[in-house]
Amino acid sequence: MSDTPFIVKSSPHWRDPDTVPRIMGRVILALIPAIAASIYFFRFRAVWLYAACVIAGLSTEAAVLLLRKKPLDSLLDGSAVITGILLAMCLPPALPLSMAVIGAVVSIGLGKQVFGGLGHNIFNPALVGRAFLSTAFPAAMTTWVPPAILTVDTATYATPLGVLKFHDAVAQGTLVPLKSLFWGTVGGSLGGTSALALLIGGVYLLAKRTIDWRIPTGIVLSTASFVGVFWVAAPDRYASPLFHLLSGGLLLGALFMATDMVTSPVTRAATWIYAAGIGLISAVIRLFGGFPEGIMYAILFMNTFVPLLNILTRPRIFGDRRGRA
Amino acid sequence: MSKRTFRRGLHLPEQKTPTAGKPVERLIAPEKLFVPLSQHFGKPAKPLVKKGEAVLLGQILGEADSAFSSAVHAPASGRVLGVDLHPFPSGTPVMTVTIENDGRDDKVPEPERPAFPFSLSPEDIIRRIRRAGVVGLGGAAFPTAVKLSPPKGKSIDTLILNGCECEPVQTGDYRLMLEFPADIVKGAELLRIAAGARRIVVGVEDNKADALEALRAEAGGIPAAFELLQTKYPQGAEKMLISALLERAVPRGGLPFDVGVVVQNVATAKAVWDAVGENKPLYERVLTCAGPGINDPKNLLVRVGTPIRSVIDRCGGLNDGAALLTFGGPMMGISQAILDVPVIKSTTGVLAFRRDPPGREYSCIRCARCVEHCPMGLVPTGLAKLARFDRYEEAEKRGIMDCLECGCCQYICPARIPLVQWIRLGKNRVVAGRSGKSAA
Repeated sequence: MSDTPFIVKSSPHWRDPDTVPRIMGRVILALIPAIAASIYFFRFRAVWLYAACVIAGLSTEAAVLLLRKKPLDSLLDGSAVITGILLAMCLPPALPLSMAVIGAVVSIGLGKQVFGGLGHNIFNPALVGRAFLSTAFPAAMTTWVPPAILTVDTATYATPLGVLKFHDAVAQGTLVPLKSLFWGTVGGSLGGTSALALLIGGVYLLAKRTIDWRIPTGIVLSTASFVGVFWVAAPDRYASPLFHLLSGGLLLGALFMATDMVTSPVTRAATWIYAAGIGLISAVIRLFGGFPEGIMYAILFMNTFVPLLNILTRPRIFGDRRGRA
Repeated sequence: MSKRTFRRGLHLPEQKTPTAGKPVERLIAPEKLFVPLSQHFGKPAKPLVKKGEAVLLGQILGEADSAFSSAVHAPASGRVLGVDLHPFPSGTPVMTVTIENDGRDDKVPEPERPAFPFSLSPEDIIRRIRRAGVVGLGGAAFPTAVKLSPPKGKSIDTLILNGCECEPVQTGDYRLMLEFPADIVKGAELLRIAAGARRIVVGVEDNKADALEALRAEAGGIPAAFELLQTKYPQGAEKMLISALLERAVPRGGLPFDVGVVVQNVATAKAVWDAVGENKPLYERVLTCAGPGINDPKNLLVRVGTPIRSVIDRCGGLNDGAALLTFGGPMMGISQAILDVPVIKSTTGVLAFRRDPPGREYSCIRCARCVEHCPMGLVPTGLAKLARFDRYEEAEKRGIMDCLECGCCQYICPARIPLVQWIRLGKNRVVAGRSGKSAA
């Protein structure tokens, strides 16, 4: 018989094998199709942007952890890598690397570590970085290049949503075809152009139950129904719901950003409200706002309501008779 | 048609196969038995024997000291070596009668058996249950006689027979249902009569369908309904089982009485039949000795007071990897430091597990899995945080006292936060605050 002293501890004694780094690992894995697509479409620009954002993100994380006198092992939890990749994905492919680095420093520094690091931030860190860059470098953040496989005039190149918003594409008949949006042979932010690549990763995360299906479902349904009303009423002026779902950053946001566990709600009811709000606000901005795309601000806006929504939708405790006859 | 169950909870790896097919074997009582006088919920029993005294098998060693107490009986014949403090499964030593077993199992003279046990009055059945020291054998060890006597103004319409055994690894209740279905059904009928209930509802999970059929086959002429439930943890918890079977919600802070129900475990039902029908006090029980740390896992009939060393020896001993011993299953079992602790009435299993692979704790990433799985509708991560920051009043408002400590939240937590440990701490502080207030 073994003489080892026995462990004395509080129950339960079993654990599910899933851990925070494994969750982060699955998210990174799910981003690989979109990363591959962006490298295919934007070549070395993509590689450099990912490298700049990830390295700057990790360095910022390490620097702040040192300042806060915290152990450095949380660098390995994968979350800073994800923030770096996601930030790069929502940047214009031709953005100067120095700006991308600034974005990554802001993402990790002001988006995450200022609040206390992983789990404590209110806003999606990558989107904080992107919002900062949009305000700091408005011109560079709206200068788009076509994918490398297209031969078009790069000087006046616009994204599908830009064409829709500023060039009256529906009436002119110059709307980008759905097929191009699906494959990704269009201009746009680095990782957001190929709907197919994003969907492959999203389906994987949904199948693994790593992300809550209610979030993409709620966003897609609310966006589609809002833009759908206008499309049905005036198809000669408004683009179809499917165009809106496949274009811009909607899928990237719905599958990979709004689903960030830290900044999304914990109760089911709150999750539905959060998702519906994101879809609605993003659609309103697209149709009536000053920007062609609104998913970033929609997510950041709904992030602010998450703590309140969690409180308002607390589950009813088993056997609680209040509010009942 | 999907089978009934309660809301939320978890599907756990069952790991019952190593012992599910193994019939119950009897473990010969060891040379020395250590019989604690406090094996139940409530006041310790008052000792009736002294050092040097001879005792017979089934002789009363300690009598119930109040309504909220239970008698304790000799699990072997022999001589009392002492009545003193001895290691106990909870970690705190308790007063214990040590018996030197003479190996003869000379029985105490039996009072006459009732000719028609089912014609006994409820009071008479309860008296006999009490005399035999029967307590809840599902793990809580609540004195059964107390559970059968609802406070004034409450009445019981349904007796639920709990055959869920929802903790992984353990198979003692399953084997009892397969091997002693008639005793269990007869015991349940006695419990129904004693509680004044109209009917019995039997709940068994669908990984043990054969056990439910075994019980059903013995239930001729008894007002019993049989329900196969979805296998889900913690279905054996009273509130969850009542919700699954009857869709009644025990009010917060309330008891099954409040919704006209009393829940009894199948092993308790068998003990009740033994006590009332066969005049046999509760001095032995069936348990599972298994887990990855045990060489030859078994279901055993063990005398109360047997040190777990003897139980484990009978099962081929511990293997090299064994690092954690528990009384009870992997979700709610109490870890044991030494092999000298005795099996008591509430010991459903003696399990040995390997060391967990190393892994550190992370920050809560608000994944909401704990909320999604909490059967009580709590927000475990929030409660743990409140307990961590000494905000006990708010924790109480958020339902910390409703926590069953089932462990679903901590099991599923990918950040490996010891949620249940924090919640336990919080509960203790809330209770301490209450008694402080009432004392002031």
